[in-house]
Amino acid sequence: MTTMTANEARITSGSQESTARRLGRRVFSTLAIGVLILFALAETMPFVLTIANSFKCLPPTRQEPQSFIPVPPFLVECTNEAGTMRPAADTSTALTFNPALDGYEGIFEFNFGRWFINNIIYALAVTILRLIFDSLAGYALARLKFPGNRVMFFIILGTMMIPAIVLLIPRFIILKEMGLLNSYQGVILSLAADAFGIFLMKQFFESIPYEIEEAAQVDGASRFTMFFRIVLPMATPALTALTIFSFQGTWNNFMDVLIIVNQNPDLYNLPLGMALLQGQFGDTLIWNIYLAGAVITTLPLAIVFFMFQRYFVEGISYSGLKG
Amino acid sequence: MSAAAGTAPGAVKSKRPVTTLGQQKRQESLTAYLFMAPALIVFLIFLIIPIFFAIYVSFTNWNGISPLGQQARGAIGTLVFTNETDEAVTIPAGTVVNSIGSEPLAYVTTEDITLEAGVGNTVQVPAKAADDSLGTESNIRANVVQNVEDPALAEVVSVNNPLPIAGGVNNAYEIVGTENYTRILAEQSLAQRDFFIALKNTVYFVLGVVPTQTILALLLAVIVNQRWLKAKGFFRTAFYFPSITSSVVISVIFMWMFTQEGLVNTLIGALFPNYENVVWLDDPNGVIHNFLGLFGVARDTVGDWASQRVAGITLWDWISGPSVTLLTIMILNTWTTIGTMMVIYLAALQNIPGQVYEAAQIDGASAWQTFRKITVPLLAPTTFFVVTLGLIGTFQVFDQIFVISSGGPAKTTLTVAYMVYENGFRNSDMGLAATTALILFVIIFVFTMIQRIFTRERAIE
Repeated sequence: MTTMTANEARITSGSQESTARRLGRRVFSTLAIGVLILFALAETMPFVLTIANSFKCLPPTRQEPQSFIPVPPFLVECTNEAGTMRPAADTSTALTFNPALDGYEGIFEFNFGRWFINNIIYALAVTILRLIFDSLAGYALARLKFPGNRVMFFIILGTMMIPAIVLLIPRFIILKEMGLLNSYQGVILSLAADAFGIFLMKQFFESIPYEIEEAAQVDGASRFTMFFRIVLPMATPALTALTIFSFQGTWNNFMDVLIIVNQNPDLYNLPLGMALLQGQFGDTLIWNIYLAGAVITTLPLAIVFFMFQRYFVEGISYSGLKG
Repeated sequence: MSAAAGTAPGAVKSKRPVTTLGQQKRQESLTAYLFMAPALIVFLIFLIIPIFFAIYVSFTNWNGISPLGQQARGAIGTLVFTNETDEAVTIPAGTVVNSIGSEPLAYVTTEDITLEAGVGNTVQVPAKAADDSLGTESNIRANVVQNVEDPALAEVVSVNNPLPIAGGVNNAYEIVGTENYTRILAEQSLAQRDFFIALKNTVYFVLGVVPTQTILALLLAVIVNQRWLKAKGFFRTAFYFPSITSSVVISVIFMWMFTQEGLVNTLIGALFPNYENVVWLDDPNGVIHNFLGLFGVARDTVGDWASQRVAGITLWDWISGPSVTLLTIMILNTWTTIGTMMVIYLAALQNIPGQVYEAAQIDGASAWQTFRKITVPLLAPTTFFVVTLGLIGTFQVFDQIFVISSGGPAKTTLTVAYMVYENGFRNSDMGLAATTALILFVIIFVFTMIQRIFTRERAIE
């Protein structure tokens, strides 16, 4: 059908569409929107339902997992006077539920508060170190001439190709030999610089006009002064992108933390704590507590994401175009 | 790594007799090294040296417990237990024996052993040092080991004649040459079987997830890129959000959704009244087996070839497809990464100049022709990038396996990455784990190269 309309379109010189094509277009757009909405629902509903179920009593998380409309009475008790769990029908229907705080109270009975603080410590420390180390290295690679410049750049780039799983065991060995296993420093130092960040900063510094630095050089400013006073403030967009990526990456880091602080639950971060929480629930998972943990773990990142969405999307497309 | 390696262009110029320029250059180099130093030190210690360490460890049988560099110390030997009663006594693996002597040394038995009934009966049990306090070779031989940590067991057995050490030196770990490699690649062994089960699962995972997520991401990106579409920002956010969420959190959410009485089964049950709940998280049946089963094809009916073994796995098992549980994790993975891929495609689509499409329209190309002959070829570099990202990500799938299935049921979700972890940190076989990781590295590299050749050829066409 399309080849016929193609010829017709050529005759009518493209300005007027044939009815067949217009119909085809309408069918396509309806179908396309349908597909899009279906996928958008599939991608968002799990989060909506996770939030809803984190505010339920335990029985409805199993028996009415789909109900998502909160209705009064709010903040209901999940146990009745006899001290037993109220049945699901008491606090939920097929579509609605009475919100309760059992999940959020329950999660903090584990070491969750400590893990949350650890997560902030890891994410902040790693991000700050990366901002300094990556931009220093990126600047040297972009602007300074020195023997080995290109070799170093390619080695750093090459490390991006090494799968993280290959480093799992040797990193463990190094940290063990250095006595850094089960310590904050172990996690923070081993993540303190990353190839992607250096690459990002180098690309950005190369895009800044050289004249500005030359002018400063004539004024007799040293490289360090120049870097911190003039170059770095101009790099705010790249630094913002780097901050976001580092923060997100460290906030969600599971594998490195698992290997490094495995033996000390006081040093767990949220993902590790969440992963190992299963074992502490006993026979069955207490879903309202577990999902409350999922919500709290995600919330800070979600806030950052909605505040800086542009940078997330730009950053990922940027890395994509370079590939 | 020597920083001055290679002949950089600057090095040639500095031979000029102009001293001020030379000084300036030296000054600049010094500044550059200072700038590079912090990042380089981190890279050196945590990335570059570890790579060589991984290669070294893959040639040893190190257990991950005894310190490296103390080959002459440490202990793997045997303990001799003596029965003190008339009844048979079981000595479970992991029984701790404390030594008494000049230094406290603790040893752990590594096998379950039963002592026959009768006073004075003895049995030899292989044991290894329990912690870092290994002591020297001499005191391992000299000291008499006496008490067993478990009081119930201590009452019925005594340990005498401590640790006759085999070999004396190199007991903490030995250089075993290529043994770990042959264990996986050449010999018929448990390690080989596990590796190929893991490889099979991983390849099914990759072949299922990578094409699916790439095609869906492209499809969604093309739709979102349509000029008439409203609320583009909303859709982009909705699709991208999962990929910034922690993989552990998403695994927890999926575990909840896919429980037997959970959301997914409830939903399918509402649509299809005859639906029998699938046990998503604990079903080892392969989906290809299930599909063949619909036509009455089973292992017994397909002929003798099905029982042939390749690398310790029957041909019938090779063609199982991913198990239902692995399929669930594949859905999870696709669900998570689709957004990233879509955003990358979207950026590339927006970079295609409008004139290209206008020209096609004037030539009378249909929408499908435009897509097939213009959009797809122009996106080839992006597709290469998206597929590479996909390959690297899926070949290393670990977090989701750790949280959801730990490799089960029946090893059907055991992936190569998870096997590395399990061998290294659960089975204390760091040598085998490092070897597995390096083999995985080579596989990922080869796959990336193959797909590079493919995309390049397609682009030339």
